[in-house]
Amino acid sequence: MALDSKTEARKFKIVGTRPLRPDGIDKVTGRARFGADMSAPGMLVGLILRSPHPHARIRSIDTTRAESMEGVHAVVTRADFPAFVEDEALADVLDNCMAGEKALYDGHAVAAVAATSGAVARAALKLIEVEYELLAHVTDVDEAMRPDAPALHEDRADETVPAGMSDNVMARHEFGHGDIDAGFAKADRVLERGYRTEATHQGYIEPHACLATFGSDGQADLWCCTQGHYMVRNTCAAILGMEQGRLRVTASEIGGGFGGKTTVFLEPVALMLSKKAGRPVKMVMGRAEVFRATGPTASSSIDVRIGMAKDGRITAGFAELRYQGGAYPGSPVDMGSMSAFAPYDLEHVKTVGWDVVTNRPKQAAYRAPGAPMAAFAVESAIDELARELGLDPLEVRLKNAAREGTRASYGPTFPAIGLEATLRKAKDHPHWSAPLGPNQGRGVACGFWFNFGGDTCVSLNITPDGTVTVSEGNPDIGGSRASMSMMAAEELGIPYEKVRTIIADTGALGQNDVTDGSRVTFAVGLATIEAARAAKREMCKRAARIWEIEEDAVVWEDGAARPAGPNAGKHPPMSLAEIAAVATNTGGPIAGHCEVNAEGAGVSFATHMVDTEVDPETGAVKILRYTVFQDAGKAVHPAYVEGQFQGGAVQGIGWALNEEYIYGEDGRLQNAGFLDYRIPVASDLPMIDTVILEIPNPGHPYGVRGVGETSIVPPLAAVANAVSHAAGVRLTHLPISPPRLLAAIGAK
Amino acid sequence: MVRVRLWGSLAAAIGGQTEIEVEAGTLRELLDTLARDYPALQPQLERGVSVAIDGVIYNDDWFTPIRPDSEVVLLARLKGG
Amino acid sequence: MSRIHVTTTINGEAAEFLCDAGETLLDVLRDRLGLTGSKEGCGTGDCGACSVVLDGRLVCACLVLGAEAEGRTVGTIEGMTTGEALHPLQRKFLEHAALQCGICTPGFLVAAKALLERTPDPTEEEARYWLAGNLCRCTGYDKIIRAVLDAAAEMREAH
Ligand code: FES
Ligand code: FES
Repeated sequence: MALDSKTEARKFKIVGTRPLRPDGIDKVTGRARFGADMSAPGMLVGLILRSPHPHARIRSIDTTRAESMEGVHAVVTRADFPAFVEDEALADVLDNCMAGEKALYDGHAVAAVAATSGAVARAALKLIEVEYELLAHVTDVDEAMRPDAPALHEDRADETVPAGMSDNVMARHEFGHGDIDAGFAKADRVLERGYRTEATHQGYIEPHACLATFGSDGQADLWCCTQGHYMVRNTCAAILGMEQGRLRVTASEIGGGFGGKTTVFLEPVALMLSKKAGRPVKMVMGRAEVFRATGPTASSSIDVRIGMAKDGRITAGFAELRYQGGAYPGSPVDMGSMSAFAPYDLEHVKTVGWDVVTNRPKQAAYRAPGAPMAAFAVESAIDELARELGLDPLEVRLKNAAREGTRASYGPTFPAIGLEATLRKAKDHPHWSAPLGPNQGRGVACGFWFNFGGDTCVSLNITPDGTVTVSEGNPDIGGSRASMSMMAAEELGIPYEKVRTIIADTGALGQNDVTDGSRVTFAVGLATIEAARAAKREMCKRAARIWEIEEDAVVWEDGAARPAGPNAGKHPPMSLAEIAAVATNTGGPIAGHCEVNAEGAGVSFATHMVDTEVDPETGAVKILRYTVFQDAGKAVHPAYVEGQFQGGAVQGIGWALNEEYIYGEDGRLQNAGFLDYRIPVASDLPMIDTVILEIPNPGHPYGVRGVGETSIVPPLAAVANAVSHAAGVRLTHLPISPPRLLAAIGAK
Repeated sequence: MVRVRLWGSLAAAIGGQTEIEVEAGTLRELLDTLARDYPALQPQLERGVSVAIDGVIYNDDWFTPIRPDSEVVLLARLKGG
Repeated sequence: MSRIHVTTTINGEAAEFLCDAGETLLDVLRDRLGLTGSKEGCGTGDCGACSVVLDGRLVCACLVLGAEAEGRTVGTIEGMTTGEALHPLQRKFLEHAALQCGICTPGFLVAAKALLERTPDPTEEEARYWLAGNLCRCTGYDKIIRAVLDAAAEMREAH
């Protein structure tokens, strides 16, 4: 570690406890306002017309009949948006929100209406006449890579793609070090295998929703459910050609996101409808729209080659990953390629990733984007090799585990990390030695995620009566108001109940990055602590003035300013409330704030262990027992850390066993609803046990690491390994749905 | 001079070199010098990179200091969920 | 299109509304009566976010027509507290951190209350099967099930 650690050794009073969350009462009484819960006087209902074709040129759109319908106040097509958006990525976002020349997938938006009611709007959609020229389509990643596959775009590949490939191949990524041929030569056993995973959806229970009000003065207000209202502001402003300062975005409570609400779908359309209609417009997606036209994750096809020595040492690792990310470039194959072998200390490692477009909706981030599929492939192969060589799968992982000082497969050298600790805990846990019955199998797998920091603003205000308000700019998606209040209280030395944290709108704070990359507890926490420290400095200054001593003769301890050292004189301590009460007399209101591009996020590792039982008659799989071992750095509110572990594990179980986007020959999505796209329900599952490890992140004052994403990385492989052992056949294609498992058992 | 490690795709762009030496005291100097001395890296630099300095990942903070003995690794731009 | 006049009882209070024939009870509650505590996660009876109690029976409000509420009693999440006091289930959900985003919470609470009225001492399995019609994507259900069983225990003691 060349950088000095920011983490201080300290005894925590509040951090690490489990207080009630401040937004709790609102959320158990139905008072909390989510995206669809807001309305405005004179509000219209906006609806979107979607392409029924997977790939079609839009020859013309005739909106005249819809426009003249009674109760219709605006109709919008791509022609209403600026013709040119400079930034390529933003231009894609616009094209995804409202199709331009072509409809690129089943469900692609082609027009929108705003009307006095949902019924009128629905009727109006039917009056819009779109003339399509149907084009050949492709939805499978391997088929899309064939040179003769129907192409979605022309000349969009970046310079990394070799000549002669399909126009659908957008980028090639390569990572690694050493000489894999030399490594494979040293192996006693080399395993080569192909794996596939299907596209899944984040499956947040709250569909996208927003309420837009565009004033005739060119100023606009937007209420929406999003993982980042600052991102919504910046993206919409760019797409609509307006200044960011003229658009104020307020984040509603958010009913889940998991990465799927890190971009926009409805918002620019609602703003445009409102602008044209001169009235507020509310848009709420239906569930089928969420499935067809928001951002599921990539599907993948991955080839892995791993060489292992008899003692379990991995001599070389290679993976070639192909991800289709829907109709636009940007699948997370780069992240998959970087993370595939990240848990291991390898001398020779190489990954190659291909980013491919197909006629499917543009993928959006999903919890540790790109990593779970890559971990599925690599962790399955390691498991199979360990079995073949008669080795304990946890021992094999321990033998190869990345540690402090290991050069990561994606480049840098790891600082203190927690993988080994999770593996040792797993090995010692009673779960590992519990007996298994017939048709049962146990699987383990490891996972890794980077975690981020980024732009963050926090403003902390001391009220005249000595309570504290914290304003932050990241939507509270799973208890972050509680953790910010806890860190502020810890730092100020006051009770948790004295602090109230709110999510401020885009007019109130500077830029805040999206709630993603597991960044909030880390980055917003860091900014909250810094803001509290600034307020403490100011309060010490006020006390010094009152006591007529030097500022540096005052320290802040246990919630009060105190004279420090023998020369400071004898003054009774002044509490925060006492200083606040006279703030007007000592220089005015007291606040602390912090605006920072937070760097220093710490990577996080996990090991998962799962027992499954296979019904050989039906192919059904039951999860019998599940334990998560993960490094949290420092768990601020352990109950919500456990919740992140459990939620990620269960999403991973769904990915492994049930969930998949199913496309027909016609290129249409066949299962756009929760009945046919089956996410895990309560009766599918046992309790999910958790073991929190705390290996402090040196980049955070309290040692916090992000925890939200790593937990979805290991379960795909852990479940597949467990089912493979239970069924006596290796499963390489997710989800392991009953028909797929029965077929595998039959082919044994 | 700091030694900068490149990931495979970048190395391929400049003829297979996986490590290069660059005169830079901050992140901004590093990125500017790379763009100037290795035009083949330009497209990727424009798309965005993350930089790991001594194991800690930085995105855009120009003035992040880089010491001559720092371990500097360019990474594909990280994105999360 | 002429509207239908409906007289009903919601959370113990008399209520009246006009609705279109095709409008669901969920739409009526949310859009006409301002009771937005019931959520729409799917509109097709698959997620349970819209759970309400109709004449004592747990139903998905998205599958009931507004007109069907005529002369009946409807119980929603807004009626779960008595004055200031939270229902034990609400309290236990908070204590066990049984919500992350909270969008599924009203539906779970209404459904769990209906369970405990029928089965005051449910096993874990009974609770899991009763609540299998309520989707939660955040929590993995662990803390929800614990909260329900804990609330059941507390409510039994109070009797
Ligand atoms: S909204 Fe009624 S069950 Fe989903
Ligand atoms: S807490 Fe988010 S869906 Fe249940």
